[in-house]
Amino acid sequence: MTIVWDDPVNLMSYVTWVFQKLFGFSKEKAERLMMDVHTKGKAVVSIGARERMEMDANQLHGYGLWATVDRG
Amino acid sequence: MFRRSGGQCVATFAHDEVRVLRKVAAEVVGLLTDGMDHTDPVVSRLFPDIYPERPDDSQEFRLYTEGDLKTGKIDQAGAILAALPDEGEGEVRLDGEAAEAWLRAINDARLAMGTRLEIAADTDLGEELDNAVIDDPGSSRVFQLSVYAYLGYLQESLLNALPEIK
Repeated sequence: MTIVWDDPVNLMSYVTWVFQKLFGFSKEKAERLMMDVHTKGKAVVSIGARERMEMDANQLHGYGLWATVDRG
Repeated sequence: MFRRSGGQCVATFAHDEVRVLRKVAAEVVGLLTDGMDHTDPVVSRLFPDIYPERPDDSQEFRLYTEGDLKTGKIDQAGAILAALPDEGEGEVRLDGEAAEAWLRAINDARLAMGTRLEIAADTDLGEELDNAVIDDPGSSRVFQLSVYAYLGYLQESLLNALPEIK
């Protein structure tokens, strides 16, 4: 799975926008995930095969989000 | 600051803003083009390890992906330089694609500056700036903190000027 970690720089509105843009999430779902990252320190944003997770994390890095892959 | 006008994101920048934005974007390009030092906290923040517990796997992944990631980030910063007037004040009009490049590039610049300034979750930017001014109003830290705060407002205004994502 792909995990996004909280960081002190990224704006909450920006993180929400990235989730909508990259994963096609509704604004409500994107905001909920963003709040998970913000309050719990991290959130799982996608689950799937290893190559897919690596691609997601890499794209998130392109947007400046702090993402890692956990093989679970 | 950006506003929405005629299907585009539009902002009018004063002379000083143009100068600061050009400098910030050029610094990001410089950071990415000079041989990157992965022990530099800014570089490790912009290019995080994908497998924090497995350095070898992270390194292998980096081998295949970092070139493109770096090129993307340089292009994003280039989009700021391309849209700004060379000098003096001026209006910037961004279509959807350019607005996205600006958002990403402003974010990279904020990550680089925020890491250097050691911005933490509990950092109160106003208080930090007040303290830096008391220390030395002409210091580089006062300038860096002001630019960092300005970029945050600019990024927020651009997000608000974007059309709603369906």
